[in-house]
Amino acid sequence: MTGKLKRLLALGAVVLTTATLAWAGSDTQPKASGAPKPVITKSVKAEQCVEDTAYMRRNHMKVLDGHRDKTVIEGIRTKKHSLKECINCHASEKTGSVAAAKDDFCVSCHSYAAVKIDCFECHSTKPKGSMAMHPLNAETAHLKHALAVNADVKVSAEEMAKVAQ
Amino acid sequence: MSEHDTKSEKEPNSPERRRFIGAATAAAGLAIAPGVMLYEVAHGRPEEQAASSAVRWGMLVDATQCATGCDDCVSACSTENGWTPVAESRHPKQAPQWIRKLELQDPLTQMETNLPMMCQHCADAPCVDVCPTGASFKRADGIVLVNRHTCIGCRYCMMACPYKARSLVHESLNDTQLADVPRGMGCVEACTLCVQKIDRGDGNTACAEACTAAGHNALLFGDMNDPESEISKRLRELPTKQVRADLNLNLGVRYHGI
Repeated sequence: MTGKLKRLLALGAVVLTTATLAWAGSDTQPKASGAPKPVITKSVKAEQCVEDTAYMRRNHMKVLDGHRDKTVIEGIRTKKHSLKECINCHASEKTGSVAAAKDDFCVSCHSYAAVKIDCFECHSTKPKGSMAMHPLNAETAHLKHALAVNADVKVSAEEMAKVAQ
Repeated sequence: MSEHDTKSEKEPNSPERRRFIGAATAAAGLAIAPGVMLYEVAHGRPEEQAASSAVRWGMLVDATQCATGCDDCVSACSTENGWTPVAESRHPKQAPQWIRKLELQDPLTQMETNLPMMCQHCADAPCVDVCPTGASFKRADGIVLVNRHTCIGCRYCMMACPYKARSLVHESLNDTQLADVPRGMGCVEACTLCVQKIDRGDGNTACAEACTAAGHNALLFGDMNDPESEISKRLRELPTKQVRADLNLNLGVRYHGI
């Protein structure tokens, strides 16, 4: 008796679950409107990425991962798959960076996909030379850090000028 | 500074003369060797070619030429590699130091010696031996580096280094790194012999360039495996020492006048 009841209950549970899943999967379910779609700005510097766009969307991390070991360990510094070249091409025109604002190339997709980027813990998010445009910034990247972080450490105008020369 | 400038005019090894010697050496290298290897070494290797063990980058420090009070090599390194100079750091005791100036005095004779101290780029590096993740490694061309992709910041290498050459980055750098020199919080770092410049084919380090520009000519960078390089010639002529030679580490940085 109890066995039959249990079997009936189990069957009921299965039917209910299936129905719920089917309903959740159907198009009648209202779409989550919270997450903003990533903004993908096409690079103005080149027509085509170093690999096919669809391939890069799925595999850029593998490409970068292979190249980084070659560069660091063997000293092979080919431009094709280097992160530096990604940044050179894809840095936003507004911020000059690939990860400074939430619409910048790397951050835009990564925040949508909720995948943390570790690259920029160490790598600069800006192309080489963007800092050097301004004469005061020419050789003072480290001083900028001191100014931003250490409000109590003063870098005098003469000092800045001296380094800029 | 003016004292140094007048000294540089009297120096037989002026930058012009050095450049001439360099050019002559490269030309001689071409004539002597049947291959073009020496030519290629003198002008950097192609970017798709891996660093080769045929080369061993090294440095000769002439402590007799190193001037008191001059720290041009230190500031040049900081500028080239983007590390905050110790004096400008909020935590000077934790501040990264890739190269530092030492002023030593013999307690018996009062003789003063000046020298820069940095990673000695040992052939048998203790930091490489102790690294638990293999992040501390020696590149084929003799440069000892930290692979920041695998460094976990445990600092065993800092303890193992007899020269106190390594530093840990304690605080976030807030995207102030230079594009050519990635570095970041939680990783150990040290002198890289300006590996980005070497790979670019500059054939010199920022510190040595600054020292030559200041007219001291105390730093000479080059390929110690190439018998025709200027550093090899000078090493043959001058009596040089390795710091803590008793450790038998076969250093890439040799000192004259200590």
